[in-house]
Amino acid sequence: MAEKMELNEIEVWDGNMAASQALRQAQVDVVAAYPITPSTPIVQNYSSFLANGYIDGEFVMVESEHAAMSGCVGAAAAGGRVATATSSQGFALMSEVLYQASGMRLPIVLTVVNRALAAPLNVNGDHSDMYLGRDSGWIQLDAFNCQEAYDLTLMAFRIGEDHSIRLPVMVHQDGFITSHTAENVRPLSDDEAYEFVGEYKPMNAMLDLARPVTYGVQTEEDWHFEHKARQHADLMTKVFGKVEEVFEAFEKKTGRKYNIVEEHYMDDAEVAIVALGTTVETAEMVAKMMREKGIKAGVVAPRLFRPWPYEQIKKALSKVKAVACLDRSSPNGALGALYNEVTASLYQSDNHPVITNYIYGLGGRDFTVNHAKEIFEELDANAKEGRPTTPLQQFIGPRGPKLSFY
Amino acid sequence: MSEMKKIKNLKEFSTSADRFEGANLLCPGCAHSIIVREILNATNDPMILSASTGCLEVCTAVYPYTSWDASWIHIGFENSSTAIAGAEAMYKALKRKERLPKSCEGKSPKFVAFGGDGATFDIGFQWISGCFERGHDMMYVCLDNEVYANTGGQRSSATPIGASTTTSPAGRVSYGEKMNKKDIVQIMAAHGSPYVAQVAPNKWKDMVKKIQKGFATEGPVFINAMSACTTEWKFAPDDTIAVSDLAVDSLVFPLYEIENGTKLTITYRPKNKIPVRDYLGAQGRFKHLFKPEYEYLIDEWQKRVDDYWEYLQRREEAGV
Repeated sequence: MAEKMELNEIEVWDGNMAASQALRQAQVDVVAAYPITPSTPIVQNYSSFLANGYIDGEFVMVESEHAAMSGCVGAAAAGGRVATATSSQGFALMSEVLYQASGMRLPIVLTVVNRALAAPLNVNGDHSDMYLGRDSGWIQLDAFNCQEAYDLTLMAFRIGEDHSIRLPVMVHQDGFITSHTAENVRPLSDDEAYEFVGEYKPMNAMLDLARPVTYGVQTEEDWHFEHKARQHADLMTKVFGKVEEVFEAFEKKTGRKYNIVEEHYMDDAEVAIVALGTTVETAEMVAKMMREKGIKAGVVAPRLFRPWPYEQIKKALSKVKAVACLDRSSPNGALGALYNEVTASLYQSDNHPVITNYIYGLGGRDFTVNHAKEIFEELDANAKEGRPTTPLQQFIGPRGPKLSFY
Repeated sequence: MSEMKKIKNLKEFSTSADRFEGANLLCPGCAHSIIVREILNATNDPMILSASTGCLEVCTAVYPYTSWDASWIHIGFENSSTAIAGAEAMYKALKRKERLPKSCEGKSPKFVAFGGDGATFDIGFQWISGCFERGHDMMYVCLDNEVYANTGGQRSSATPIGASTTTSPAGRVSYGEKMNKKDIVQIMAAHGSPYVAQVAPNKWKDMVKKIQKGFATEGPVFINAMSACTTEWKFAPDDTIAVSDLAVDSLVFPLYEIENGTKLTITYRPKNKIPVRDYLGAQGRFKHLFKPEYEYLIDEWQKRVDDYWEYLQRREEAGV
């Protein structure tokens, strides 16, 4: 039996420690992992838990991220709880296997510490890796601070492993800004946490020798479509209810309330920023400041990036006059992903606000209070004019002449 | 303790219960199915299996059918080794936590990964190397037909010099493949694996003995199984065993084993050593070598095979 860890009511943890403690408390059966900045400390912390008797599962230190996810798939198919961690290039390297994990309906939990994708090489946080995962068939949850990284990692097991879902789950946090910043975190005790996550209930386990199973079959034009369609249908219809159910159970246990789409000052907001990650807290703070200046500002933050919450976004933005979608990833030849998803969500709505797109913070470039202020001011102008007063897509802050499109 | 089958003769062997069904889509005359059956029939222990993308995989698990009456997984081209290593890790974890499925309690399943030579020598090499370095209790079997047979016969790093393939075709100014075959058996032995062996399905007693030895060994075991390919080597489907006999009796595929990375033992010595020329002449992929301008390549082949046999014998004698 693994030893229990005595935790304080309030711990000072960075995002990496928060995620690794959640993995430890979930008593994961197999972790197959490969270290990469900035998620390396998750793997290191876990190794240290193992070395000190706090883990009784298997820890397989593989030779690449592709092997990490391959080992996770084999282990999950064998029939137990599985998790790993990665970032950036490692995420890109394992992307082939991400599709295979979700296609085989294996509920693996992947803690992703978001980081830019090379070239040029960069170790800092942006959302390029998170966006790379968006068609992979995984559920993607986004944490905006250390407490959320802990909470959502615990909840991820319960969401993905439910037999009505059976899908892998990513829990994202921002590289360095969350992963390496120590904050107050209120953990559950080991017993409470494990009780919340629950014992793993196997389904189609390869190790059930009485009932051999075949995983990873070949399907061509005759059956491939049905498999993909069913996976998509489950993502579009079953996941939202399950996520809400788990959020409610978690609130009951901890008092901490989570929503599929988080809203700040949205009751009477006329202008709103839609953002992900740590930017949400900056925008929230600036929205309050803007209100003192008479601009009715608000913030909308999808907690769930995949499946995309069309209905909740539509509702959250049902009264605003202008929206700015902030994408921390270079779209490389299109408008940003958040812009596209939000615009699609609102196209069927009765409310048609002016929607603009900002590309910011690439490779860990700071997103400052002043940036958020400028955006709210531009939104205010758009709201008053009832049309865009700026180009549709603007880049915030790179050197050289101002970069904007359309 | 592992439970090995006692096999006295080929008839008994061929009629024993199958965990790999004859109902599959492999070519008539394909040696893959012979090899897989010989491996699965070597033990009564339960098995957990994996396969890399390749002939074996696409021909045995076409939804909604499966040829496998044992749990089986395929992920991708490069990772059948790590897939089974993951399953083996889960077995260890659940055993320690006393959470194995009831049907698995008290049993010692064998974890076996299959891959073709493309999946083994080329694209999956890193994954296999990683699994062997970490020491998973598993067997990796390379079905070595010296070519990417599943995708239409492209060269791999197992393709021998002079073979005509679709990406190293013999032509007006080319004799085909220019590189020597990678020596995978020695490379895997160099990992310090407790047991590494080369086998051929036509020498079934030798093969089953090695497989059983592999199953009785704790740690990562590597088997390179010669798999004569009627389609890409270009011989008649009913000549698979005859061509396989030429391969081992000419010593192009010598049968030997290496224990603990060093102790080499030759397990089969042909009574009548056959010229390499006869082996090459039986296959369409080497037809062009018999043109006068390429005859020298056949002489080089013979010398290479003789030299390697000498090397194996010297190592066996020296016990290293």
